[in-house]
Amino acid sequence: MAVPKVCGIETEYGVVLRNAADPNPVLASSLLINGYVEHRRVGWDFDDESPGRDARGFGRDNSLAPAIETHLVNTVLTNGARYYVDHAHPEYSTPECSNALELVLADKAGERILDQSMRASRRLLEPGQEIVVYKNNSDGKGNSYGTHENYLVDRHTPFTQLVRNLLPWFVSRQIFTGAGKVGVENGANPVDFQLSCRADFFEEEVGLETTLKRPLVNTRDEPHGDPQKYRRLHVIAGDANLCEVATYLKVGTMAIVLGMIEDSFIDKDLSIIGPVHAVRTISHDPTLRATMDLADGGSCTAIELQWEFLRLAQKYADETGLELCGGEVGHDILRRWEETLSALERDPMSLNGQLDWVTKLALLDAYRDRDGIGWDDPKLALLDLQYHDVRPERSLYERLVRAGKVERLVNESDVERAMTEPPDTTRAYFRGQCLARWPDSVVAANWDSLILDVGSEPLRRIPMMEPLKGSRAHVEALFTQCTTPAQLVDQLGS
Amino acid sequence: MPEREQIKKPAPKEREEVEAETAAPARQGEALKEELDDLLDEIDSVLEANAEEFVRSYVQKGGE
Repeated sequence: MAVPKVCGIETEYGVVLRNAADPNPVLASSLLINGYVEHRRVGWDFDDESPGRDARGFGRDNSLAPAIETHLVNTVLTNGARYYVDHAHPEYSTPECSNALELVLADKAGERILDQSMRASRRLLEPGQEIVVYKNNSDGKGNSYGTHENYLVDRHTPFTQLVRNLLPWFVSRQIFTGAGKVGVENGANPVDFQLSCRADFFEEEVGLETTLKRPLVNTRDEPHGDPQKYRRLHVIAGDANLCEVATYLKVGTMAIVLGMIEDSFIDKDLSIIGPVHAVRTISHDPTLRATMDLADGGSCTAIELQWEFLRLAQKYADETGLELCGGEVGHDILRRWEETLSALERDPMSLNGQLDWVTKLALLDAYRDRDGIGWDDPKLALLDLQYHDVRPERSLYERLVRAGKVERLVNESDVERAMTEPPDTTRAYFRGQCLARWPDSVVAANWDSLILDVGSEPLRRIPMMEPLKGSRAHVEALFTQCTTPAQLVDQLGS
Repeated sequence: MPEREQIKKPAPKEREEVEAETAAPARQGEALKEELDDLLDEIDSVLEANAEEFVRSYVQKGGE
């Protein structure tokens, strides 16, 4: 049976430290995160205009609590997100969200946090040095870093059922989730431009690895919730998106498809033969005419396979509603999904400003047209890279936004608020509120627990095994009643 | 199949756009071209210098 599709996105950003003798990416990532966290502290200490500041010394802008697993920089922010160094990259994990629109906001807030981190880190660098981050998934030289989606899934759904349906899903969804890439990597057959940054890096159908022999379906099993009831599906087969519409579709359609799988609603076999090969075949053909062979005979394009999923999803929505898959947002997703497939069929370029691969391709085409340059011109590779630059003044994506060429789904004041405030609808609200109110008392915060220092008592651990418990509706009154963490723990215990 | 037809029918918003586009005179095309040229000029001004070297120097460690 379907469970509510609580969701989140983890993004590893590409990072460079410019003009340094030792451009160590781990150091750069640490400086970036420390710069941000320190910056927030300064804001809390000295900014008298902060309306969230509390006379007792609590500030809504404050944002540091160490998590427990690692000695690398690892912080939890008041918006409920985790911000840390993972391998050699700064990684931002959004707070848990309850639908695709909330997650678009949380993901965009992450980009702004990285931007502020770059600015704040300047104080920690030598003159002339600069840290720059890119929201993409590869360096163009065969090194890839991930953007992972996470979805709450019913533990009782057999994993094989997930795998069977997700393989064709991941292959075909690239037509709207792809962020676009000039050329190929990892020994793939040459093409000028492809749909996905990531397609060249998948080597297995199913597996536990994320760095070597990357699988399309990842089997990592850390539920970050009640393990009897839930799985957290860790999706590694996706691109980092800048276009809000692309993120919205990516997450929203996935939520519905997972609901269908949990409810055993997909009554036909949509399996394709050789999905690992097919993921490249589809990515490498921006005309969208490439076909895949189906396990039960015949062949189809990615668009045709997507129509199959959409038809099932529309039927699923009619028969069961989409309460657990985003509610109203879910219904909007269905409309968008249909419009997108129609547009992809009619004229993919009409989705310029909605999908990243189309938006990037339109920009590259405009340059090729104006400058008369070929696909091997390094300028096109530069445009590709700089599309993903997170600095607003350098980001080509942001230039297109400012020129009114990109459709937005969230407004900037909401994004700014989401940098410090958690979503209302999940346990991220409880985590974020505790951190905002009692930063010095939160000893450690994790996805599924919080450890509070309540004074002389032993440290108190508050388990949060239900991702939807701890929402504003559940605990706002509690926070109004309690002025200290000790009172909170008492209230929770009673 | 009626279900398929229903799926393929473009949303009302799209239909309006199509009409607006077909009614647009060539002058609008020129205006768009000019707007695009301005945008590319603007992007030129923020592009990193020395594309080849810049792209070559962007090297990451694998992650995840």
